Amino acid sequence: MAKIRTQMGRRAFIRNTSLASGGLVLGFSILNACKPKDAQKMAVREMPKEWFEINAYLKIGDNGLVTIMAPNPEFGQGVITSMPMIVAEELDIAWEDVLVEQANFDQEDYGWQFTGGSQGIHRRWEGLRMAGATAKQMLKEAAAQTWQVPISEITVSAGVLSHTASKKTARYAEMASKAAQLEVPKEVSLKAVTDFTIIGHSKKSVENLKIVTGKPLFGVDYQYKDALVAMVVHPPAFGLQLKSFDGSSIKSMPGIVDVFKIKTLEDSFTRGYFDTNAFTDLIAVVGKTTWEVMNAKKELKAEWEPIAESRFKMDRFGTQMDVDVPSGLESSEDHYAKMEEMATRSGTTARKDGDAEAVFKTAAKTIERSYSCPFLAHNCMEPMNFFAHVTQEGAKLAGPLQAPVLTAPTVAARLGMPVEKIAIELTRMGGGFGRRAYGHYAIEAALISREAKAPIKLVYTREDDMSCGIYRPSYHATYRAALDENNNLVAFHVKAGGIPETPLFANRFPAGAVDNYLAQQWEINSNITIGAFRAPRSNFMAGVEQAFLDEVAEAAGKDPIDFRLELLQRAKDNPVGKNNEYDPERLAGVLKLVREKSNWAKTPSGTHRGVSAYFCHDSYAAHVVDVVMDGNTPKVESVVCAIDCGIVVNPDAASNMAEGAIVDGVGNAMYGALTFKDGRPEQTNFDTYKMIRQSEAPKNIEIHFVKNEIDPTGLGEPPFPPVFGALANALYKATGKRHYQQPFAVDKPLVG
Amino acid sequence: MATFTLKINGGQQEVDVDPNTPMLWVLRDHLKLVGTKYGCGIAQCGACTVHLGDSAVRSCQLPVSAVGEQKITTIEGLSENGDHPVQKAWLEIDVPQCGYCQAGQIMTASAFLKRNPNPSDTEIESAMNGNICRCGTYTRIKKAIKIASGTANN
Repeated sequence: MAKIRTQMGRRAFIRNTSLASGGLVLGFSILNACKPKDAQKMAVREMPKEWFEINAYLKIGDNGLVTIMAPNPEFGQGVITSMPMIVAEELDIAWEDVLVEQANFDQEDYGWQFTGGSQGIHRRWEGLRMAGATAKQMLKEAAAQTWQVPISEITVSAGVLSHTASKKTARYAEMASKAAQLEVPKEVSLKAVTDFTIIGHSKKSVENLKIVTGKPLFGVDYQYKDALVAMVVHPPAFGLQLKSFDGSSIKSMPGIVDVFKIKTLEDSFTRGYFDTNAFTDLIAVVGKTTWEVMNAKKELKAEWEPIAESRFKMDRFGTQMDVDVPSGLESSEDHYAKMEEMATRSGTTARKDGDAEAVFKTAAKTIERSYSCPFLAHNCMEPMNFFAHVTQEGAKLAGPLQAPVLTAPTVAARLGMPVEKIAIELTRMGGGFGRRAYGHYAIEAALISREAKAPIKLVYTREDDMSCGIYRPSYHATYRAALDENNNLVAFHVKAGGIPETPLFANRFPAGAVDNYLAQQWEINSNITIGAFRAPRSNFMAGVEQAFLDEVAEAAGKDPIDFRLELLQRAKDNPVGKNNEYDPERLAGVLKLVREKSNWAKTPSGTHRGVSAYFCHDSYAAHVVDVVMDGNTPKVESVVCAIDCGIVVNPDAASNMAEGAIVDGVGNAMYGALTFKDGRPEQTNFDTYKMIRQSEAPKNIEIHFVKNEIDPTGLGEPPFPPVFGALANALYKATGKRHYQQPFAVDKPLVG
Repeated sequence: MATFTLKINGGQQEVDVDPNTPMLWVLRDHLKLVGTKYGCGIAQCGACTVHLGDSAVRSCQLPVSAVGEQKITTIEGLSENGDHPVQKAWLEIDVPQCGYCQAGQIMTASAFLKRNPNPSDTEIESAMNGNICRCGTYTRIKKAIKIASGTANN
């Protein structure tokens, strides 16, 4: 048990007033919190007549039900279940008595409502525990006062307060009214990890029943009386902008209400880091139904013209900078040629230990390899969309957003309204992967609603979604390794760059494990916009670094796991440099666990194995990928994965997310590619952009978590990046061919 | 515009729409049955899958005028209480991540199991290959289909 000071002064923790608002929780939520048979049981239970709001995260009903708010947006990572689990744990309530509600955007109550960077549970761990523990403490205090006994003698179990000596018991519901009037305690006790009864015990997603019965959940399902449908038309290529259009050509088409131009960001506007937008001048088509607007949009006549080189101001979380946008129509072929040219230059040095160049000159063996990857589109299954109803009084918005806390100020600035007048309802997201941290479509919806003077739902077609930018960048890396006569790694050089950003992490493994280490980088600017894509930069670096180390181990005549463990031992015992980001022991830990669980020493006959391990987002993941040959086609048979992300809140859901990351990794490594010709994306739908499908997914995936009591760190991203490396290494064993360019299966026929 | 009387989820619905309108948009925009999802509009992802009679079809490619007397079942009409064996298996295995593609996956799986109650792994893979899941829930989808096929046999 640990004592923790509550954060006083925040509205979220001092709203200790009773609140009679039985209608606040919608009837259907009662079905969400539990398994079907429990749902049936609970459905006959009446909803509370009165709720007592103890703090912004929870309210207790007069019949014992507790509503817990899920503060962060949900895109499939499961925080709508796992975050309330944390509150429920410290509150000491039976999970069956919990209803979950998705919080809307409310910075004052819920602070940093951001889904991204694998930071959800990591950042909220303490706050959510405090929300539950504070409420429990207040309920105990209420019981102590009512029974006139010392609070230290009151015990709690599953929502029941007891005083053993006087044989008094009361349910939370009976004390909630009094508790809601009490002062918030200055200090509360948190449970010991060993006392957890909810955290670490798998719960099914609270929204599954709605999902499997097709209930409206997603932004695109949002219903609003008399809402119109809107679509936007953006330039067909990066490097082009709107010159003119003829709206009259489609205004008479069935169902079309209006056609006009919007400008989503003023040229003088200082953009935030997530205000990425290649196409600020758009044509909006507004009509009655999706099909009618879609048809009209296809017929719209517009002229486009080349952009001039330009510059805009950016405020990158407090750092002011100018961002240059080059003109021109770019092609992938030129991108690769330029990257290869840049790779021959020395680059900017990001870290230097010892003198790698000198050692390379005298090394017994040197190995040099170069790697590259294309742009990727996020391709969330639910295309971008947003509802907006903007009036003079304010803006009512609803839709899928990973970072409402970052989108709201831009919407407010663009509408010329204080941010307090922007209400955003957070719908479940049909995938995100980083894409929905860039809320340009919410701004577009707001501007269209204001201009059309109507509530509208903006929807992107798949083609709009795939061709409007914010991609995973194209990257390149060259690695060199030097071995001495005893096959020790004595020098290591990485030089990485990309369009338009460098992917380098100079202070990650094998930095710290090699005496002579050099990390360099370069960048090539572009007018193609990029954005965070599941484990940004790591999603390239992990794969290529781990593929390169496999070759180095082979050249050294060492087992790839032993080779890595030797280096990690060195980094632990006698680390080189001071800024090493990772804990060598934990990275070695996942390698050892995956070695054991995959039975590494005994590769099944006909199976070809590859291994990888990587640190990112404060967590550690290692994979062993098994490939089998089906004729001439390599297939991923199984993946065994070990993860160290500290305490795992909801183990089955965590395994599910890691499984998804592995499938995502195999899919993007094998097939993912977005290419350009004269600024135009050459893939705009799933007939040309190959996504991994059922028959290509690994047949078996096993996830193993390192058991420890470390506060939770990231999980959505860490298992993704190393898949690329383990797969490349397994493919080499299967085919004898090393893969240096992603995607690996370039000649794979498309499946339709 | 023309009027169509459609047999949907055990009831009858009348709509007045352009005859070329895909069933996907008739369901979503006109009938507010939004469980059926738009994913690609070109029959590549399977998110819009519904049953036409007993067959799984891509509603984005099915013009309302082609439906005629045939019965349409959407995810909302697959069972009364979410207790179709496939839905139950999906809950048991905790299949969904984001959940957006799952109605389409369930509709494909349920039509498939009706036709082939005891599928092999290869048959499952082939039947489900037209449904993309961006979150990568494929291994659990397969597991859930096996459980549902077991349930259907018991």
